[in-house]
Amino acid sequence: MPAVTETRETVEKLAKSSYEWGFETDIEMDIAPKGLNEETVRLISARKEEPEWMLEWRLKAFRMWLEMKEPEWAKVSHPPIDYQDAHYFAQPKKKPGPKSLDEVDPELLKTYAKLGIPLHEQALLAGVEGAEEQKRMPVAVDAVFDSVSVATTFRKTLEEAGVIFCPISEAIREHSDLVKQYLGSVVPAGDNFFAALNSAVFTDGSFVYVPKGVRCPMELSTYFRINARNTGQFERTLIIVEERASVSYLEGCTAPQRDENQLHAAVVELIAMDDASIKYSTVQNWYPGDDEGRGGIYNFVTKRGACRGVRSKISWTQVETGSSITWKYPSCVLAGEGSVGEFYSVAVTNNHQQADTGTKMIHLAPNTRSTIIAKTISAGKSDSTYRGLVRMQPKARNARNFTQCDSLLIGDQCGAHTVPYIESRNMTARIEHEATTSKISEDQLFYCRSRGLSEEDAVGLIVNGFCREVLKELPMEFAVEAQKLLQISLEGSVG
Amino acid sequence: MSDFLKIQGLEARIDADGTPKEILKGIDLEIPKGEIHAIMGPNGSGKSTLSYVLSGREDYEVTSGSATFKGEDLLALEPEERAALGMFLAFQSPVELPGVNNANFLRTAVNAVRRARGEDELDAVAFLKAVRAETKRLSMSDEMLKRAVNVGFSGGEKKRNEVLQMRLLQPSFAILDETDSGLDIDALRIVADGVNSLRGPDFSALVITHHQRLLDYIVPDRVHVMAKGKIIYSGGPEVAKTLEKQGYTQFLEAAA
Repeated sequence: MPAVTETRETVEKLAKSSYEWGFETDIEMDIAPKGLNEETVRLISARKEEPEWMLEWRLKAFRMWLEMKEPEWAKVSHPPIDYQDAHYFAQPKKKPGPKSLDEVDPELLKTYAKLGIPLHEQALLAGVEGAEEQKRMPVAVDAVFDSVSVATTFRKTLEEAGVIFCPISEAIREHSDLVKQYLGSVVPAGDNFFAALNSAVFTDGSFVYVPKGVRCPMELSTYFRINARNTGQFERTLIIVEERASVSYLEGCTAPQRDENQLHAAVVELIAMDDASIKYSTVQNWYPGDDEGRGGIYNFVTKRGACRGVRSKISWTQVETGSSITWKYPSCVLAGEGSVGEFYSVAVTNNHQQADTGTKMIHLAPNTRSTIIAKTISAGKSDSTYRGLVRMQPKARNARNFTQCDSLLIGDQCGAHTVPYIESRNMTARIEHEATTSKISEDQLFYCRSRGLSEEDAVGLIVNGFCREVLKELPMEFAVEAQKLLQISLEGSVG
Repeated sequence: MSDFLKIQGLEARIDADGTPKEILKGIDLEIPKGEIHAIMGPNGSGKSTLSYVLSGREDYEVTSGSATFKGEDLLALEPEERAALGMFLAFQSPVELPGVNNANFLRTAVNAVRRARGEDELDAVAFLKAVRAETKRLSMSDEMLKRAVNVGFSGGEKKRNEVLQMRLLQPSFAILDETDSGLDIDALRIVADGVNSLRGPDFSALVITHHQRLLDYIVPDRVHVMAKGKIIYSGGPEVAKTLEKQGYTQFLEAAA
């Protein structure tokens, strides 16, 4: 019928998005040959000038990986990945520190500009000498530019507070004891196929250490960018927060448009001691593939936090709009008595994107609490799954969990699925689960449009309203970016 | 003057489970600038359909006839373009927008319309000042601005919220679709005052109602009786009183 057809066409128009941040920077690269074997692992370790124990750790992980199989339980499908047909190491060639922005590679500056990084911050990122004195910013940016941190800023301010924030490869060399003690203690090398792969070949990522009693004086932010053709990116992030200390860490991702699928397998480990708190926020906007589903990033991530101390708290907030496949379950292991785990998530899929994401809350200790708020938005022909586990172990007396999963469908060719796993081994534990599925109604769209809003503004408003509970958990500057991303992901080509 | 709002031979239908159902069967109606007209009629006569077709709802298919507003072909415009041109519909059943902050919604709407009309957008301070003045006039609490649009609002609160939107969007032509339903007498007075104070040479309205009561407060220039998709009688404000006393029967019989 005409009205129905028209509606579907409108929605398809709405659902189409062009990838605004698809671009590629042409910078001289130092690339390892394609392929993955022990030699590759040794090469990476040697290039990073790592200590012997690190190489052994990697090789052990690599041998475990060889024995493992790619997991098949997630509701995603993709052609088999040829792990030998990728570069595992790429590094921009080093140049002497530029004297001013004029001397910085214009391609790099263009990339920053497209990402919306302010000029003075660009100078810091590009390592312009003296730029640090010119401007004090409230956000520290450790830019991971294709596997290698191009620059780390604000280290001084952080150093004065006793906070260590540096590339993980540097931490391996300079804070070897800390890394040795904690690396793999939350996500062991053999945890899963992708974690093992990451453990063997990770090239960079961030390391954060906040000592006892210190509130980190600024938000820590890292821009991850994948920037070389056929380079899998394997980030490794390790954050340790000691007693009564706290940190808020922001991770933002955009990527250049490209034809071939790219594998990304990151591992993030968080450790919180007594009364410590960690807030980890992510906005992920990697290239999702074109309208037909070609290209796009495969995002297989293992993120896990350990609340080791009493009353410690770990909070994950994520806004996932990109990637052709997302496989990601930021989790909390609540081992400290009275510790708190939180997971706030918005996952948007469009066109042929597939997302299988959620969380695991493992309650080990008494009086532990967890909250899960997951918002899923599916448009186009995409498929989105919330997969969550809440487990109450025998010692988790009076533990509590509240879970809310809401799905919003745009159009009639997409799918949304909710797969909650609930296991309680303690009679005193309380678990609540709520779930809803809804569509943006014609009534809502017409109501907004009759007030003068364009169709795309109306969808944006409704979607942002749907995600409000999650977006309000994001740090202010990220919340604005996230709202924009939601608009871009769903509305692009209307009008 | 007479080409402010002009509807001629308007026929429209809706898809009812696969079979088209004719609802408007030839509406002729003119509303001059500055006049308030009322439409009364039994349930199912097509009153709400007329309001939806005029404001651009897509479920309805116009099969014949025309409607012009300020000289423009109204039926060719998108709903938001009609709003920008000065049209406003106060909904019979205002729609809930979960999670969408009411103040934010109002400001987005006001600025969208201002932008389209070539006016400067209101900043947060100017907007808040404007909205506070209106909520006071409508005896609405500021708390309603902080809640999600129409979510958890009582029937009366929803209707007031519609009138609030109307006043902020400053339309030149408003359709009020049974805005009086569900209102107690105090709320009715407040809502009527909200409409009456807009009355002037640059404001026209079409008031759709079942009850003569509302027309005691908003006295119309003309009253139209609608039945079975047609306007069967038009007259002065006294028509509403006749209807109240004698019902629709005599009009229906006269038209038959």
